[in-house]
Amino acid sequence: MKFVDEFRRSELARGLIRSIQQHSTKRVRLMEFCGGHTVAIMKHGIRQLLPATIEMLSGPGCPVCVTDNADIDKAIALARIPGVILATFGDMIRVPGSRSSLQEVKADGSDVRIVYSTLDALQIARENPSRSVIFLGIGFETTAPTVAASVIQAEQEGMRNYYVISLHKLCPPVIKELLDSGEVKVSGLICPGHVSAIVGSRSWEFIARDYGIPCVVSGFEPLDILQCVYMLVLQIEQAESKVEIAYRRGVRPEGNQRALELMYQVFEPCSARWRGMGLVPDSGLRLSKAYQRFDAELAFEFDPGPAFEPKGCICGEVLRAVKTPRDCKLFGTVCTPASPVGPCMVSSEGSCAAYYIYGAAGE
Amino acid sequence: MELLVSDKIILAHGSGGKLARELIEKTFLQALSNPLLAKLDDSAVFDFEGRLAFTTDSYVVNPIFFHGGDIGKLAVCGTVNDLAMVGAVPLYLSLSFIIEEGLPQEDLTRIVGSVQMAAREAGVQIVTGDTKVVNRGSADKLFINTAGVGLVPEGVDISGSNARPGDKVILSGTIGDHGIAVLSQREGLRFSTRLKSDCAPLNGLVAEMIKVSPRIHSMRDPTRGGLATTLNELAAQSKVSIRIEEEKIPVREEVRGACEMLGLDPLYIANEGKLVALVAPEDAEAILKKMRRNTCGRGAAIIGEVQADHPGRVVMKTRFGASRIVDMLVGDPLPRIC
Ligand code: SF4
Repeated sequence: MKFVDEFRRSELARGLIRSIQQHSTKRVRLMEFCGGHTVAIMKHGIRQLLPATIEMLSGPGCPVCVTDNADIDKAIALARIPGVILATFGDMIRVPGSRSSLQEVKADGSDVRIVYSTLDALQIARENPSRSVIFLGIGFETTAPTVAASVIQAEQEGMRNYYVISLHKLCPPVIKELLDSGEVKVSGLICPGHVSAIVGSRSWEFIARDYGIPCVVSGFEPLDILQCVYMLVLQIEQAESKVEIAYRRGVRPEGNQRALELMYQVFEPCSARWRGMGLVPDSGLRLSKAYQRFDAELAFEFDPGPAFEPKGCICGEVLRAVKTPRDCKLFGTVCTPASPVGPCMVSSEGSCAAYYIYGAAGE
Repeated sequence: MELLVSDKIILAHGSGGKLARELIEKTFLQALSNPLLAKLDDSAVFDFEGRLAFTTDSYVVNPIFFHGGDIGKLAVCGTVNDLAMVGAVPLYLSLSFIIEEGLPQEDLTRIVGSVQMAAREAGVQIVTGDTKVVNRGSADKLFINTAGVGLVPEGVDISGSNARPGDKVILSGTIGDHGIAVLSQREGLRFSTRLKSDCAPLNGLVAEMIKVSPRIHSMRDPTRGGLATTLNELAAQSKVSIRIEEEKIPVREEVRGACEMLGLDPLYIANEGKLVALVAPEDAEAILKKMRRNTCGRGAAIIGEVQADHPGRVVMKTRFGASRIVDMLVGDPLPRIC
């Protein structure tokens, strides 16, 4: 793994920053879609290094944060069913729903387990044949294929006790929704690195073509991001809009066909509810007909009760990039990573958490 | 003759009866034997004179075996290091095993073997202990609880609250090795790496440092929560701020690579054989030189400085010249899902 250092070399970074300064004359607003980018930008202090002409916006790209409260309530209700083991990725269990969180129901005796991959969840199901294991599937195109693979595996093994709640979301439709809303004007888009590795850079072509917005796919190292910003600035200055890749080591134009096939074998697109954005057509994934017996929502009876948002939390607006975490009255006082009010403060990729944890000194 | 040997730990091993006796004799006494332990009295009795340091800790690591060590080695090193961090010379440890029914006897034997090796390396004796066996599901394979006592040499006063503005921050080597080595072997996250845990007793290194300067102000081993959390603790306790420079913090290639892949920050990853020392500026170079001659301090570096402004705050200059706050860790570092 020799490559990382090359992408952090400070001389290279300084050179890139100088080039950005030299070329950037117009005022621009660049949005990073992905929460991983938000964290990297805050962590390496990239905002402070960019010229005043460049404003950076954080987009909705954190799978934990965009999960609607009603969906979290659903997971909590399922976890409460006697005999159920609910397995999910770490950040999810701390996110507050309308009344409780998975962490709280776990403390109350529900069997909620943190896993690092779907393999863990399958293993738990094998070891507990008399119980029902529900995997809370969350994530974008990056994780959906692995969840699809687990369903196929469970089918092959004839497992009768493995289920999935699919809260998976698709990125291109929500970017479209965001741009269509006209709420924020964006002059360039930093496209998600890992998602693009699956869907391919071609998936962003509609943005460059239909909206005239330059797109560059970026990796997660500071040099990747600076390179990406530089490429965006060049496009904007030259009044161009096309899709470029600043993450060649990870992304190809056509993406990962095998992963996509797997994903669409098990799942089909459906409309999905995003926190702060409401119902977005074709932006979610549900189990397709052939795999419906794995759908936890169909297999169990449960009542999550009515959903409501935490009082005072503006996560929805933060996710739509209309506001920044610092606009929130609760930021850093009532709401901190230790006692989070909204998911944006919980998730390791959440904007509020990134602003709080990596807030620039003196800011 | 009754055949008592079993290849798995069963509840009866914790009963206090014959099997329990056999477990103690065959597994623990054989490996850890010393006159104080061999007496098998209810308490170990020993003489001491001077200032005593006393600490306790519990070890619940998962998986119990990892590259570069296991829960037994970790328990000894961790406790020895807690004593060493106040400058104490570790003397005696207690070890209490809480075993989940069904643990292979072979695993236990292997773990007690590494307890013995680590204790020998650190020059401490296990003088008392306990074994409990709990129902399957009531513990995760094996938990170890320890206590340790050590003697603090005359003139040594090391505390988290002793740092002063101007002090240099010395780190004994690369960060994140233990955390990433353990993570790489978690179920479902397995990735191949040659990386080994840095798990090691640091009392030898500390003794050398104290020889150069008994006036070391503060010292701590950045275990869970990583370097970031430790520096925050020290800054808060001493009511000072700490400035570090990203470029000066040693991080192995493998750790960086894994952190990039998983979306983790090495500053928050656990270490088990590293220490941070805050020392008067005039002593820093001499201490650093001495540290580098010790195996545990070979990669030592001065990574920053203690300052008076903004008490409690840790700030890092990034390698590109920006600066950012380094906060404490909340919860466990978790790999990204995006
Ligand atoms: S600071 Fe907390 S309450 Fe405010 S938007 Fe962020 S998560 Fe919600």
